[in-house]
Amino acid sequence: MYEIMGKKELAKDIKFMAVKAPHITYNAKAGNFIVIIVDEKGERIPLTIYDWDQEKGIVYIVFMEVGTSTKKLGQLNKGDYLYAIAGPFGNSFHIEKYGNVVIIGGGVGTPAIFPIARELKKAGNKVISIVGFRTKELLILKNEMETVSDNVLIATNDGTFGKKGLVTDILQDLINKGEKIDLVIAIGPVVMMKAVSDLTKKYNLKTIVSLNAMMIDATGMCGVCRVSVGGETKFSCVDGPDFDGHLVDFDELMIRLSAYKDKEEESLHYCRLNKKIKDELK
Amino acid sequence: MTQDNIPKVKRQRIKMQEQDVNERIKNFLEVPLGYTEEEAVKEAERCLQCKDPKCISGCPVNINIKEFIFKISKKDFEGAIDTIKNDNSLPAVCGRVCPQEEQCEAACVMQKTKNPINIGGLERFAADNEAKNFEIKIPVIEKKLDKNGNPIKIAIIGSGPAGLTCAGDLAKKGYETVIYEALHIPGGVLVYGIPEFRLPKIIVNREVEYLKKLGVRFELNCVIGKTFTIDDLFKMEYKAIFIGVGAGTPVFLGIPGENLKGVYSANEFLTRVNAMKAFLFPEYDTPVKLGEKVAIIGAGNVAMDAARWARRLKGIKEVHIIYRRSESEMPARIEEIKRAKEEGIIFNLLTNPVEIIGNQHGWVKAIKCIKMELGEPDSSGRRRPIPIKGSEFIIEVDTVIPALGTKANKLLTSDVKNLKLNKWGYIEVDENCATSIPGVFAGGDITTGSATVIAAMGAARRAANAIDQYIKDKEI
Repeated sequence: MYEIMGKKELAKDIKFMAVKAPHITYNAKAGNFIVIIVDEKGERIPLTIYDWDQEKGIVYIVFMEVGTSTKKLGQLNKGDYLYAIAGPFGNSFHIEKYGNVVIIGGGVGTPAIFPIARELKKAGNKVISIVGFRTKELLILKNEMETVSDNVLIATNDGTFGKKGLVTDILQDLINKGEKIDLVIAIGPVVMMKAVSDLTKKYNLKTIVSLNAMMIDATGMCGVCRVSVGGETKFSCVDGPDFDGHLVDFDELMIRLSAYKDKEEESLHYCRLNKKIKDELK
Repeated sequence: MTQDNIPKVKRQRIKMQEQDVNERIKNFLEVPLGYTEEEAVKEAERCLQCKDPKCISGCPVNINIKEFIFKISKKDFEGAIDTIKNDNSLPAVCGRVCPQEEQCEAACVMQKTKNPINIGGLERFAADNEAKNFEIKIPVIEKKLDKNGNPIKIAIIGSGPAGLTCAGDLAKKGYETVIYEALHIPGGVLVYGIPEFRLPKIIVNREVEYLKKLGVRFELNCVIGKTFTIDDLFKMEYKAIFIGVGAGTPVFLGIPGENLKGVYSANEFLTRVNAMKAFLFPEYDTPVKLGEKVAIIGAGNVAMDAARWARRLKGIKEVHIIYRRSESEMPARIEEIKRAKEEGIIFNLLTNPVEIIGNQHGWVKAIKCIKMELGEPDSSGRRRPIPIKGSEFIIEVDTVIPALGTKANKLLTSDVKNLKLNKWGYIEVDENCATSIPGVFAGGDITTGSATVIAAMGAARRAANAIDQYIKDKEI
């Protein structure tokens, strides 16, 4: 059991949580992810590590409440316990001096780019961060991103903050302006990573994406996270999660991610029903 | 006529009661119900008590089978389980999942009349009877201390059959033993792989609780190679390490359509239902979605487990086994094949999948197969299956589960410098389970490739003895 040391709502349905898990922080590196199980009947879900404090043995996560597991997680408070946390999983992001790096986060992909941006900046790169949200109310981690970037550019779909449009619009602007770009990193919804990769391919800009495939054990045992990369099947959990964006079959990934949509609805319905019964009993 | 009047050699093997097939496909409970006391004694009385008992050498851990069966025949059930436990720390597990028909029972002299003693059934009886009737004895353990008077710590990686055995043995020898397990529950393949109806999880839990009483500590959710490395463990003052992580990575078919929705590796499917309890969705959060028709590829024990699990899930109308050779080459235990057939699994033999066909939403809708015939024996000694040209045909299914075995999982081994692997990626060990790194030992599937529970346990016991010797030699 792993104690929740703190919790904060960053935006509607987006929460920050600090969890005591010294075994995770012992070897955690930028780009790693964890698998959590909220309670005994819970499923195993992968979440990226937003940050960690090795001395205190605390891992920080930011998540959006979209399904049963994240909703249940969001209902826990400081002093409550998580049933399980395992990790850190996946290959950490390869940090070196690339030169000028554009790092793109979409929605709750933003907490995932945060530690990578920080490490890249530490390694002497110029880091331009582009973050995109649906609307101003969902904007998160603006200040934090500013501390680890040379420049933070923001887009909202409805224009309520920053540039009206998508992260790819800002990236296109940068390219048009003749900004020298040595590496592009994109983490966020699959459609966004695909759009970024499609754009950068035209300009032959090396692009790394971090894939959010479904996972169970995350140790290479089950293969549910398999993705096609350059025509080869890879396991996101052990071969990734980072891959060359120009080689990933995003359409296949999107189809695979939709496998349990109806089950997710059924599960949420069951949860709501259960909560209602519990509330009524109170 | 009572059995006493019939000569022993002519007495028939006592049949173990089983759940009725129409009942069992609607539940998840164990199929064979175990011997009653009376049945066990009768079965034990059939044993000829050979002067030179072949069964013992047929057992990978050389349990004194003759003696424990004799004790059962004399109703000394406590003595019987003590005898077994001298050589096997997981008798309730082995009594159920060992392939006795290839080991002890194959060597039984009564095999000549196709009527061997049901050694597995008796082992299971002795273990279950102990759990039911006796207080489990916890031996008095004298702690082993180093020169400075501190406990000597040993790390065990993996809590499957090898890890549990090695940990139990080392704890009994007085070492401070810690098991690191990647999943959130201990037991390894015994909990994520083998179904409840073949090995009730309460039995695995019992063994885990026993180890805890021996002082073994379980560190769950720790993936060695990620959470901590082998080097980290040595830095944490572990004096020796045993690796028993299993083989682990699923093999896929390598045919078009394998990334469609509705294709599960057997590992994924079994983990969802066994470890994550997807059969209780939505009470449990992990779903599994099979549609109505399921095809399992392969005919080993894991294939039978997957097929029989699928048969028990809601809404399933047809379960197929697709296998490229014929019935006599099927690697699964005869007993499991028999039960699968009773439960209505459809066997498509001499049939090989060539393509998985999807619908417009990316879901499996059918599997295209080709008929095979058997040619000359191949390197495995089994007749090689050869495709019959133009014999392709389609089986409509919603789910395809390849159960083709596993290969070495590199998660742990790839990060360890100087750890010698063989060409398949398994860890190389000597006869004492020692690896190329001093103080690091390994056993079970990660050294041999997919094998049996008992083989892993046998190796783990050798490793525990070798670790004990290593510590003594080093004069820590």
